[in-house]
Amino acid sequence: MDNELNGHEAHESQDTHEASNRRNFLRLGLSSGLGIGLGAAATMGLMAEGDSKGSAGSKVKLMSPDGKIVEVDSDQIVDIPRSVELVVREGVPNRKFVMVIDLSRCKNARKCKNACSKMHYLPPERSYIKVEKMQDAEKTAPYWMPTPCFHCDNPPCVKVCPVDATFKTSDGIVSIDNTRCIGCRFCMVACPYSARIFNWGTELYALNDEQKEAIKPHESCSPHLRGTVEKCDFCPNHTRHDKLPDCVKACPNGVFYFGDELDDTVSNGDETLRLSKLLKDKSAYRYLEDLGTKPRVYYLPPVNRLFPFVDPNEHPEKEHHE
Amino acid sequence: MNKKEFLNLDQLDDKQERLASELMPTKFGMVGKLWVGILLVFIALGLVAYYQQMSRGLIVTDMRDFSSWGIYISNFVFFVAISLVGSLVAAILKLVDVPWRTPLTRIAEVIAVSAIAFAGLIIIVDMGRPDRFWHIFAYGRIQSPIIWDVIVITTYLTISVLLLFLPLLPDLALMSKRSARFSKMQLKIYGLLSMGWKGTKEQYAILNRSTKILAVLIIPLALSIHTVTSWLFATTFRVGWDSTNFGPYFVSGAFMVGCAGVIAAMYVLRERYHLHEHIKDMHFDNMGKFLVLLSLIYLYFNVNEYLVTGYKMKNVEGEHLMELFAGSFAPMFWLVQIFGMILPIGVLLFRKGRKPLPLFVTAMFVIVGAWFKRYLIVTPTLLHPFIPMQNLPEQWMHYTPTWQEWSITAGSLAGSLMVITLLIRYFPILPIWEMIEEQHVAPVSSLSEEAV
Repeated sequence: MDNELNGHEAHESQDTHEASNRRNFLRLGLSSGLGIGLGAAATMGLMAEGDSKGSAGSKVKLMSPDGKIVEVDSDQIVDIPRSVELVVREGVPNRKFVMVIDLSRCKNARKCKNACSKMHYLPPERSYIKVEKMQDAEKTAPYWMPTPCFHCDNPPCVKVCPVDATFKTSDGIVSIDNTRCIGCRFCMVACPYSARIFNWGTELYALNDEQKEAIKPHESCSPHLRGTVEKCDFCPNHTRHDKLPDCVKACPNGVFYFGDELDDTVSNGDETLRLSKLLKDKSAYRYLEDLGTKPRVYYLPPVNRLFPFVDPNEHPEKEHHE
Repeated sequence: MNKKEFLNLDQLDDKQERLASELMPTKFGMVGKLWVGILLVFIALGLVAYYQQMSRGLIVTDMRDFSSWGIYISNFVFFVAISLVGSLVAAILKLVDVPWRTPLTRIAEVIAVSAIAFAGLIIIVDMGRPDRFWHIFAYGRIQSPIIWDVIVITTYLTISVLLLFLPLLPDLALMSKRSARFSKMQLKIYGLLSMGWKGTKEQYAILNRSTKILAVLIIPLALSIHTVTSWLFATTFRVGWDSTNFGPYFVSGAFMVGCAGVIAAMYVLRERYHLHEHIKDMHFDNMGKFLVLLSLIYLYFNVNEYLVTGYKMKNVEGEHLMELFAGSFAPMFWLVQIFGMILPIGVLLFRKGRKPLPLFVTAMFVIVGAWFKRYLIVTPTLLHPFIPMQNLPEQWMHYTPTWQEWSITAGSLAGSLMVITLLIRYFPILPIWEMIEEQHVAPVSSLSEEAV
């Protein structure tokens, strides 16, 4: 990564048309917390012919991976060509998506759930993300835990699928081909995190024509085909375009950080942080690490909480103590 | 078998002819028609329910995101289990040369074939997209235990059909020559099915060799079908399923219910077709001993399964166990364990308990218990996920099968009984040529003493 600079720090190029385009591009990167890899010719000692953009002489400030601000000539910056073209069984190139959930910030506002239902055209009571009341031991304090799909690197659901309908893409996402799925639900029982939901009948959904139009499998969201399995997809319509998933954006408390492990960067929309530093500083962990599923979703423990714990349910529910 | 004299079915003496005509299939009587009628009602009900499921989706069931497998799966496991008996009687008893097995082989094979065929059918009923069944062959991944199951079950079905069909050849040839007894159509079909069986020495030699090879082949297959079926559960992380005990636990349970299935069929057939001369009390006594042995083995694996996890009481696993022992599943759990396993052991250890009627009643307990045992294996586990079930519609937190699920399940059970009934209606349920051969060479009655 030495030869790459990350453009998630504002840069000050002069106003040429191309530069402003690039700035928008970079700002996009900033807003999503996804660093845009730029080949800096100065550090690489290579200069792709005809690929240079911007007027010579203007300086651009960029942040290097170790956090230093460096200034480079704008015409030495080369965009790494990135395709967001859809190839169903391949992921977004040069990405390894990762999520960090800060349990100290969650107060069960459920905005993530609602955003998820809305974005995926799910009925209000269904969503791919759930928020559970957890309590580790009898005398420890309860806390709220949002659970999306963990997009495991050793996914038990993918392992058991008889027809290759669910698969892992290069960007780390566990995806589903709903035109392939035979509805055996083996993946649902194989997933120890109950992340998957099933389209038991179309009457659960009741989509209007406009919504049906908007749904593009693998580009926006699951086509909700009856008798097939669906689950959290990390919102491909956003992540393919360097934007944050809807649950991340919807959370009023910045619980969710989303980003790219290759760029070592995550953002919750307000702040952009180094992933490795965040995981280290806040003693991050993964849920049920013992199972060896290698989730791509990390949790930050519920310490120094922003909110007191309030359970809105009057009727206490039956629970499992983890 | 090979030491026996060559049997010429074209020249039967009076005694043999009488035996042959006694064993040939007969038309349904009143009771038979009534029985078929009842089965048809259940099958029709199942079809109506399946039509509903096809048009509305699996939403007509009570399965939901948590309890995503229900009685279709437990029924599937039940069918696979009971089909194991084919290998027990037709193969294991054959290879160890148990002489009294002859009248039981075809009964066992008929049950095995119909049960394994319906196991395959009922699993399609459970699929969300049965229209994509062909995907299994087009896109099958060998890494998935479901594909292993597809492979072993289709192979088992094939070999079971062969084990049923090959020993039928001499009988088919024999029946195709009894024009006084069967309609022209039947004679023609029997003739076609007999595939030019002439009854030469060579043909008998080939037949004996083939059935022997098949009998050897079917034993590892039988172990595989139920071991692999148990792996559908044991390869997951779920509490109550995540167990290395599951393979032998399932296999032993399957042999037990299969044995009970044969006993029940033996009893009904003996009463219905007056086969007292051929299916003797001795057969019941022996099968009863078998059943008690298999029940004891099953008890052993049950103790393993519940005591070891119960001793540790690991978090969610402990809750799951408490739910079985003392929670909402407790009544069913104890009924199944006591009436389906402990009671049979108690009854069948005694000679009197192995008399036909008490043995039949016990076997029925074992069969019904075995069905619910599989319900108890599938359902409670899924209601105990690692991440707690919260904020769900009340209905989603439990699993109570809907009438459609019960109807389809009952329909499938009736369907498999129907297949058995029709096979008995059109084919001799006891192997005529083997019975004649045995009576001719060494009567069963004289062998029975040393066999016990």
